[in-house]
Amino acid sequence: MTEFTMPSLGADMDEGVLQEWLVGPGDRVHKGDVVAVVETDKAAIEVECFESGTVARLLVRPGTRVPVGAPLAVIEGEGASGARAGARGEPTTTGAEAVSPMVAASVKRPRSQNPPMRAKADRERAARDERPKPRRKAAGEPKSVPEIRSEPRKEPAHTAAGPIPPQPGVSAETDSALGTGPLVRHLALQRGVDLMTLHGTGRGGRITRADVEHAQPGPVPRVRATPYARRLAHDLDVDLTELRGTGDGGAVRAADVHAAVCTRAVRHQPGRPTAHQRDDERTQVAVAGDTRPEQRTDTMRRAIADLMSRSKREIPHYYLSTTIDLAGAVDWLRRLNRGRPPTDRLVPAALLLKAAAVAAREVPALNGFWQNGGFVPGAAINLGVAVSLRQGGLLAPVIDRADALSPEALMARLKDLVQRARRGRLRGSELSGATLTVTNLGDQGVESVFGVIHPPQVAMVGFGAVVERPWATGGMLGVRPVVTATLAADHRATDGAVGARYLTAVDQLLQKPEEL
Amino acid sequence: MKPLDHAEAMAVIRESITQIVPDADFTQVEPDDKFRDVLELDSLDFLSLVQLLSERTGIRIDEEDYPELTTLSDATRFLVDRSKESAGSAP
Repeated sequence: MTEFTMPSLGADMDEGVLQEWLVGPGDRVHKGDVVAVVETDKAAIEVECFESGTVARLLVRPGTRVPVGAPLAVIEGEGASGARAGARGEPTTTGAEAVSPMVAASVKRPRSQNPPMRAKADRERAARDERPKPRRKAAGEPKSVPEIRSEPRKEPAHTAAGPIPPQPGVSAETDSALGTGPLVRHLALQRGVDLMTLHGTGRGGRITRADVEHAQPGPVPRVRATPYARRLAHDLDVDLTELRGTGDGGAVRAADVHAAVCTRAVRHQPGRPTAHQRDDERTQVAVAGDTRPEQRTDTMRRAIADLMSRSKREIPHYYLSTTIDLAGAVDWLRRLNRGRPPTDRLVPAALLLKAAAVAAREVPALNGFWQNGGFVPGAAINLGVAVSLRQGGLLAPVIDRADALSPEALMARLKDLVQRARRGRLRGSELSGATLTVTNLGDQGVESVFGVIHPPQVAMVGFGAVVERPWATGGMLGVRPVVTATLAADHRATDGAVGARYLTAVDQLLQKPEEL
Repeated sequence: MKPLDHAEAMAVIRESITQIVPDADFTQVEPDDKFRDVLELDSLDFLSLVQLLSERTGIRIDEEDYPELTTLSDATRFLVDRSKESAGSAP
């Protein structure tokens, strides 16, 4: 039995609002499955679980604000050793002290299995830390996402905080009291049958499979829907129960919701209550986890303000800059892109990111964290990429093991992350675990950018615009494309000489783009 | 493929940009403004735009053509000219 806890989705997060459960009691979950949506100050994030097992109980209602590390659900594992916070190896800082998520979780968990670890143990752990690679699974896959109730529960509204009390068809405790097995519970969930209303015909009044199969579905219609469709329906105020799904097993897909909106636009039905109006409880929830852009921008601004203030307060930055001749790289890219359709073309940013990652392999002192008064090297090179959002603010999704990806793979990952950071939803694992961050403001036209380090990382790499400038080489003056690469680094962890070695490595790597 | 006229080309460009920047405000973009700067399209956005334009018009757009897609008036002229060429060269 392990607890699924509120993950830390970045150093700047110390609490989050549980917005939506994508699983319910009795559901089988696998490591890496998306199980819930958490609203942070910056964005709504899909969070994965890091255990395989069966969901026994949900401890927190949608709409509840909970601190990082607080238990959200109980998962009956398969010999699992302990719950892990959603964040991977990235150390987080809850309060004044930088601690790893495992420590944060165990400190906050009431039933702690691990004594708090201190610097030494931390360092050892980080050194042997094999990050669990979450198995990526399409969030929209209806099979993997058992439906949740789209209607209010029948009991009086509870306060948003606190564990969910036992309630029909939801609490595993209630169910086990009746002696139903997980299969029957699952079947009941699938069919929308409230187990509490059933009369068991099995031994000792147990509810059997047949009982569930013969039962009338409960008064609450159950809607299969993809998470995206659900979100759309919520945003567009569409009642899922009124839709006919065209997906697998009749699941409602986003297209169905869109179609419904179009129809609604044609024939507006005034008297008909919307999902919103019918659901007072949910409306309150929606307010707590609302995604109104203005509000999101404000909270994001505050989150950035807090983190950047802390960075400047705690980290003695030093800055280096160098201008790199990109003639070879630009030529190489042009040859590569020639004849390729736009979808397969690379942009210079992909090469720059690759060079930044590979250089970190050569100068590992810049890749990692400053924790408890010492440097902890990152277990891999996970590159955070600062992505500016159109409505303001920024997110820094992470490209795992960027040094090992081909420029093509890196480009594909970059496109996907940027697009979802701006338009869709990122996963928890995609927002945590960065060991070094790159900002590429060059895309906005400026020549150089000196970043502010994202604590507890120890460096931030910046790339300006690729511009044509007069360039002297071999005693001759010519016009070449150049880029200004900068480094902001933590002087506690490294000295300027190390930073200089890093930028030199980036330069040399970009001279041989074919080897990147 | 039928050659595009000026209005059609402009419409395709606007629709494509809107798909990338949903709240793009074209009242702020003069025909000779660098629309990438005004609408803050980064290099990935621009690549998406190239992709959308070539998908919708069937016109092949190479990297060498990118400078033609700097302002709305340039881009419109480029699409009109190219669509005529490809229509003319078709058997």
